[in-house]
Amino acid sequence: MVLQEVCNLVNGEVLCGHSRLKESVEFAFSSDLMSDVLTVKKEHFLLITGLANSQSIRTAEMSDAPYILICRGKTVTPDMVELASENGILIIVSKFSMFKCSGILYSAGLKAVY
Amino acid sequence: MKFQYSVEGGDFTMAGHASSQVKKSLKQLGIDSSIIKRVVVALYEAEVNIVAHAYRGVIDVDIESAGIKLKLTDEGPGIPDIEKAMTKGFSTASAAVREMGFGAGMGLPNIRDNSDRFTIDTVVNKGTVLSIEIDFK
Ligand SMILES: Nc1ncnc2c1ncn2[C@@H]1O[C@H](COP(=O)(O)OP(=O)(O)O)[C@@H](O)[C@H]1O
Ligand SMILES: [Mg+2]
Repeated sequence: MVLQEVCNLVNGEVLCGHSRLKESVEFAFSSDLMSDVLTVKKEHFLLITGLANSQSIRTAEMSDAPYILICRGKTVTPDMVELASENGILIIVSKFSMFKCSGILYSAGLKAVY
Repeated sequence: MKFQYSVEGGDFTMAGHASSQVKKSLKQLGIDSSIIKRVVVALYEAEVNIVAHAYRGVIDVDIESAGIKLKLTDEGPGIPDIEKAMTKGFSTASAAVREMGFGAGMGLPNIRDNSDRFTIDTVVNKGTVLSIEIDFK
């Protein structure tokens, strides 16, 4: 699924990494627990999370997850945007809950990592 | 190639900085991305452990042609029961650590899973030394 479509489906707003919207992704993983995200063996997936702090950006970086969808309209600080930009990470923010975002994207064909 | 980074206990704003630098170095060397991921995931969980559980620490990174050696030496409370600490789900993490997305007792087991060789040396009330080695193959 193309990232622009991901963004449209969750009514999202792009905070940084706009140039990656034309890329596509096959898998996603939803969690607020970064230690859990760090057990994902796959690279190149969409991280869907309700955790908005610098560690969610760092976790995406270490996990090779170049796209983050932050749910429930959580506030993303300028520090987070800067960290993501430095690492070429796309951040999309959605007002929808993590359940709703995951459900919509799964129905639209995004695959589960496990 | 040798690098050294210092880590402050409790300072979550900087947690992951060393791991990020190591990732950039390994990328430049053209190491396979799946191996880089194993290195930086293990290192990041170990770095977060210093921030979460110790007072301060030093990370020594030694990159050789055959692989990478990481040594994390901290001053801190030490680990009274290593076997227990290595058990999935065991955690003494504070609420502040859990708010950061850690503290589920999954760090040490994940470090072990990603390492080719992994040892813990610890002295209670003094500190902990983690040694992680990963081969480039
Ligand atoms: N560097 C350290 N110094 C002191 N205790 C530690 C250290 N690393 C880990 N521990 C202890 O081991 C437990 C398990 O660690 P870990 O598996 O990383 O889970 P978590 O950090 O989520 O609690 C910690 O809760 C803590 O009690
Ligand atoms: Mg930990």
